[in-house]
Amino acid sequence: MSLLTTTGLTAHYGDFQALFGVDIALNEGETIAIIGANGAGKTTLMRSISGVLQNGPEMITLSGQPIGGLSADQILPLGLAMVPEGRRLFPSLSVEENLLIGTYGRKVDGYWSLEAIYDLFPILAERRNNPGTALSGGQQQMVAIGRALMSNPKVLLCDEISLGLAPVVIKDIYAAVPKIQASGASLIVVEQDIGQAMKVADRVYCMMEGRVTLEGTPDSFSRNDIHAAYFGVSA
Amino acid sequence: MTTQTQTPAYVVTTQTKASQITAVAACALLAALVLLPFVAGRGLIQDLFFVLTMLVLAQFWNLLAGYGGMVSIGQQAFVGMGAYAMFGGVILAGIDPIPAILLGGVAALIVAIPTAFFAFRLQGPYFAIGTWVIAEVMRLIMAQTQSLGGGTGTSLPRAATREMWATEWIAELFDVRNSAARDILTYWLALALAAASIAAIYALLRSKPGLALSAVRDNPEAAKSVGVDAGRMKWVVFLSSAFGTGLAGALIYVQKARISPDAAFSVTDWTAYVLFIVIIGGIGTIEGPIIGVIIFFLLQSLLADFGSWYLFTLGIIGILVMLIAPRGLWGLITDKTGIQLFPVRRRLSGGTQDTSDT
Repeated sequence: MSLLTTTGLTAHYGDFQALFGVDIALNEGETIAIIGANGAGKTTLMRSISGVLQNGPEMITLSGQPIGGLSADQILPLGLAMVPEGRRLFPSLSVEENLLIGTYGRKVDGYWSLEAIYDLFPILAERRNNPGTALSGGQQQMVAIGRALMSNPKVLLCDEISLGLAPVVIKDIYAAVPKIQASGASLIVVEQDIGQAMKVADRVYCMMEGRVTLEGTPDSFSRNDIHAAYFGVSA
Repeated sequence: MTTQTQTPAYVVTTQTKASQITAVAACALLAALVLLPFVAGRGLIQDLFFVLTMLVLAQFWNLLAGYGGMVSIGQQAFVGMGAYAMFGGVILAGIDPIPAILLGGVAALIVAIPTAFFAFRLQGPYFAIGTWVIAEVMRLIMAQTQSLGGGTGTSLPRAATREMWATEWIAELFDVRNSAARDILTYWLALALAAASIAAIYALLRSKPGLALSAVRDNPEAAKSVGVDAGRMKWVVFLSSAFGTGLAGALIYVQKARISPDAAFSVTDWTAYVLFIVIIGGIGTIEGPIIGVIIFFLLQSLLADFGSWYLFTLGIIGILVMLIAPRGLWGLITDKTGIQLFPVRRRLSGGTQDTSDT
């Protein structure tokens, strides 16, 4: 049985329908990547899974338990944490407090602790007493990832963690992903940067206009397949 | 850096050297203030009563606005309801005024529930205006309540104030008249309330919910995604602030012994002055309201003879502080010296980390 599934997932913003029956499955210990152009519904999918948006209860399950109708603060304790798009650090808290608050809704012993986060991103240890927003974009992203890891989640959602960062910084951030995978967490990585996503993912879903248009292992499809799934036209 | 994992001797703390000194100094100051009536005259005791009760109101407004992000201009609703509940307890139920103060806190808490229900649907400036309107509604309702004096107000029965708990004992102890003993009693209660409020707010901010509170103020949606129930935090803050404000309101009117709807629900006395105190002192800090109330009291004493020029001056000072030092005078002091008397920021100590604190 999959750790996390969405079945016929639909989502609406008022009258506008953003998702049209999305089926994805994440297995224990696996990393899946969700790619797609702007407006494909990737972030809506993440917001639905993490509980920022509410859906039909049975549309999303975590360890077999229906969670589609729960809110974010109810889902986090079940072991699902999100690194939100745009990082969303708390400006009045220090780096360290931003990390510590990650344990607010779920405090379980596991691989991740303050020390483990500082080991993963040593620069944060140096900046630990700075306000979270006094950091560079890449460092803020590290804090956002660390904050989500602090709850030792079973599933970690990473929404556009490369967005707005320089290529060299993206490389640093993605260097941490194998260590997160090794800690036993299962990952869903949402990316516009297909190259990075393909490197870390076991399986890839491509989305377009609120639907999954392609699914498989990264080496199973050609450039042309992705192009068609991404833009709706063949290259 | 990899050495960190081998020495997991980290301790998360909020304590600093300054905060330890503060703790000792605060205990000494508290003891001195308790003993003050033995040496001080009645005028000073009355002035300090005013300062202490304004400090309580300022601390709770600061909790609401500075930490909870809810800028209310309707705190007079809870002062008024607290005061009126105390009067109701004394006049209608024959309770002694001192235990009736608790009734004031409970009444404020109860009216805060429907108030929050309506006000929480509003955001930012609309929330501020909404709370003000609700307070006005309460003023109008109390003005219609004839059993408590209606629009012209009423006084505490002479018998109730004469035989108030502990006044006889204090009158004997200090060898003063009954009315002076009442001032000493209300002063002690104000001192206890101020100390308890500061201690309780400080404890809340140092606790994990305090961290969650800052997170909600910064970004409610992100706070939810780390598992903070943002809605519940707002309720907790709003209700505790109402309870504390109601207690202070009831206590203020035990000392005044006379109430009217216009005075008890005065937006100037119970919200505008309180805003001034918090803003010039430093919003979002515990030290700010303490400094603010001292400055407010000094200005009031200095400018007492200038009538409306007094309010004019307060306004100008308020605007200048907002423009020049938006974080208030305490913000200026911390920027210059780095001192925090009531530190709430969590810091990691221990381990092999050798970087300096910035």
